[in-house]
Amino acid sequence: MIQTLFGSVEQEPTLLEKLKAGIEKTRTGLVRGIEDAVAGGRRIDADVLEELEYTLLSADIGVATTNEILNLIRDRAERHQLSDSSELRGLIKTHLLEVLQAAERPMPRVAEAPAVVMVVGVNGAGKTTTIGKLAHRYQSEGRSVLLCAADTFRAAAIEQLEVWGQRTRTEVIRQKPGADPSAVIFDSLQAARARKIDYVVIDTAGRLQTKDNLMAELAKMKRTASRVVEGAPHEVLLVLDGTTGQNGLEQARKFTETAGVTGIVLTKLDGTAKGGVVVPIVRELGLPIRYVGVGEQLDDLLPFEPERFIESLFA
Amino acid sequence: MFDNLSEKLQRVFKNMRGEGRLSAANMEDALREIRVALLEADVHFRVVKQLLENVKQKAMGEEVLTSLTPTQQVIAIVKDELVKILGSHESKPRFANEPPSVYLIVGLQGSGKTTSTAKLARWLSKNGHRPTMVSVDVYRPAAREQLRILAREVDVPIYTGAENETKPIDLARSARRETVQSGRDVLLVDTAGRLHIDDELMTELKQLKELLNPVEILFVADAMTGQDAVRSADEFHKALGITGCILTKMDGDARGGAALSIRHITGQPLKFVGVGEKTTAFETFYPERAAQRILGMGDVLSFIEKAQEAFDSKEQEKMQQKLLDNEFSLEDFRDQIRSIRKLGPLESLLGMMPDMGIMKELKNVKVDEKEINRIVAIIDSMTRKERVNHMLINGSRRRRIARGSGTSVQDVNQLLKQYTQARKMMKSFSGGMLSGALGKKLGKMKLPVF
Ligand SMILES: Nc1nc2c(ncn2[C@@H]2O[C@H](COP(=O)(O)OP(=O)(O)O)[C@@H](O)[C@H]2O)c(=O)[nH]1
Ligand SMILES: Nc1nc2c(ncn2[C@@H]2O[C@H](COP(=O)(O)OP(=O)(O)O)[C@@H](O)[C@H]2O)c(=O)[nH]1
Ligand SMILES: [Mg+2]
Ligand SMILES: [Mg+2]
Repeated sequence: MIQTLFGSVEQEPTLLEKLKAGIEKTRTGLVRGIEDAVAGGRRIDADVLEELEYTLLSADIGVATTNEILNLIRDRAERHQLSDSSELRGLIKTHLLEVLQAAERPMPRVAEAPAVVMVVGVNGAGKTTTIGKLAHRYQSEGRSVLLCAADTFRAAAIEQLEVWGQRTRTEVIRQKPGADPSAVIFDSLQAARARKIDYVVIDTAGRLQTKDNLMAELAKMKRTASRVVEGAPHEVLLVLDGTTGQNGLEQARKFTETAGVTGIVLTKLDGTAKGGVVVPIVRELGLPIRYVGVGEQLDDLLPFEPERFIESLFA
Repeated sequence: MFDNLSEKLQRVFKNMRGEGRLSAANMEDALREIRVALLEADVHFRVVKQLLENVKQKAMGEEVLTSLTPTQQVIAIVKDELVKILGSHESKPRFANEPPSVYLIVGLQGSGKTTSTAKLARWLSKNGHRPTMVSVDVYRPAAREQLRILAREVDVPIYTGAENETKPIDLARSARRETVQSGRDVLLVDTAGRLHIDDELMTELKQLKELLNPVEILFVADAMTGQDAVRSADEFHKALGITGCILTKMDGDARGGAALSIRHITGQPLKFVGVGEKTTAFETFYPERAAQRILGMGDVLSFIEKAQEAFDSKEQEKMQQKLLDNEFSLEDFRDQIRSIRKLGPLESLLGMMPDMGIMKELKNVKVDEKEINRIVAIIDSMTRKERVNHMLINGSRRRRIARGSGTSVQDVNQLLKQYTQARKMMKSFSGGMLSGALGKKLGKMKLPVF
């Protein structure tokens, strides 16, 4: 069973099965570190803790969360609930899993098409690529899709989305470069309604969360969407580059504040970066992670499942 | 945002006045705070460790100078260590003896290569060169089109390739020939983003390097990168021998600790920083400034940018001139105060500034919404003559203005004092009271009056 904006559907797409190199890499990095730390039932001493700390910090999990985990371990060790390092893994796993599962929530149910998904994030995070992949995914669920080129700012952003439109045989609603993004959204939603399209996915220009005027623009775009389609956008996905460090937390905060993010897509996990900053993000903001990006091809988007994700970290 | 490191250190050192020396005991806490600050700035774990070793050795037993607080002293030591890694001075781009100089622009996906290529082309043209560009990114949709558009914007020629040229190597070869034929002296080669673990694409870069014999191989890195920066930079360096780095997206609030990691692992200098999406938002890299930023000691740049966004620059130029000519009137003051509102919460804005010198004074200026309304009301109750020449405003005029604006004479006095202070402060801003790069920058910027 997988969730979609129109409820659960039976068949999981086949791509789900192909756990990609990226997740594997993420896995080996973290696992190797932890394996080292827990090798041979060592006593939990300063060395073990430092190795562990290194493993967690170098995954970008952040100082606060890392300290919390280390304190948990120290505490248990002191109370003799934890005697040897081989038990560490289970403890950390349970802890991280709790954090991620607490934020899990079903996708909102959209009673009447179109379901509107708006994709936001900082520059170069992978928004447009993710949209191409999403279009492909929705289509494989048997849905019709329309793409909205509301990044009217970056050079050739519209052309880029149009290439993804061709690849997925999806119509792209566009205007001229420099046009008002809200106007493009207006057009797109009207078109989608008239043509009874299931999904509209809105591409937006990248923006750093510190730029108040650009953030305000997002809020305006949202308002426009809701004026044409009640309850739209139904999902606001924040695309987060998996190589991002601690600034990711600030990104998630600000985009949630002004654009009402409802879920996260973590991209570029096919590299060696671990994307650990999602842990503090999920914990603080309670945002579910919807998908992970593991490449530049159409089917390189996997649904995020906390269980599997952590499992793959510690397998 | 992040807690300010200097505030934290102040707390640590609060009770050590009498001790006179930085000791093992009081340094321990301080080092822990520094460690957290560096890790939160995304400096790599191992780099942090080594850095703290150095700081500890240096700081131990050092006299506490009476002129500096222990906090300032420790921060100075840390900053020196950071600068030591980052490079003590700015690093200029290099050129081949025999033109054309080829620059290969490389990096991970989405780091800002194409944008930086165009920015660099513009920068080179402004600095007396005749650059040209080519995109050999045949993978990302519309990547070549993107550079074509940017080329037009920066008014630099670009080799776009013949119909049948679809291989990076072919494009690069033709572009080089074209560069020579057209008598251009620098060729910028924008490459596709790739992961350092992608053997096939890394081999492609090696081939490009072999073919082009570039004088610069610039690794473009996103300032928001986390711990993995060390790894990707290292692998690019091992594969290609990069000659420098461009750090992008420094216009946000990322602390940019990746810069330290990259420099540490590759030993190659940071040459430029990207500070915006526009092709003009490009600067040479200043180690000093980067070190301050990594330590969370204020982000003057984003402050300046915010200020610029809110203040129409033509308007500001007029103001600046008025200040210099001593013609900055109460009317201008009112307009400035009004536009401050556009900047958002003032507190957060001032929080972005480093804790030193004139910035410190500014930090203590508190302006709240009500206060702004009062100021505007008072100035509105003056006559035009009074607004232009505040010296006219004597006792009886002050009483009248207070009555007219529903305030007290003290309020009016207070305002006049603020106004003269602001005038003074702004004069020193524009007069370049701050030294070095920062001073130059602030001097050029049209800053608002507070
Ligand atoms: N390796 C990898 N590259 C990605 C992934 N997602 C996006 N990219 C690349 O990242 C770069 C920026 O992506 P784009 O979608 O244009 O980002 P946007 O600026 O946020 O719209 C492009 O080169 C994409 O091909 C991913 O999951 N893995
Ligand atoms: N705010 C900001 N955005 C930048 C900067 N440099 C590049 N970008 C943006 O980052 C995104 C990716 O840049 P691009 O040049 O396409 O990256 P490439 O995939 O490495 O070629 C685009 O949206 C650019 O506008 C910068 O210094 N500041
Ligand atoms: Mg895009
Ligand atoms: Mg590019």
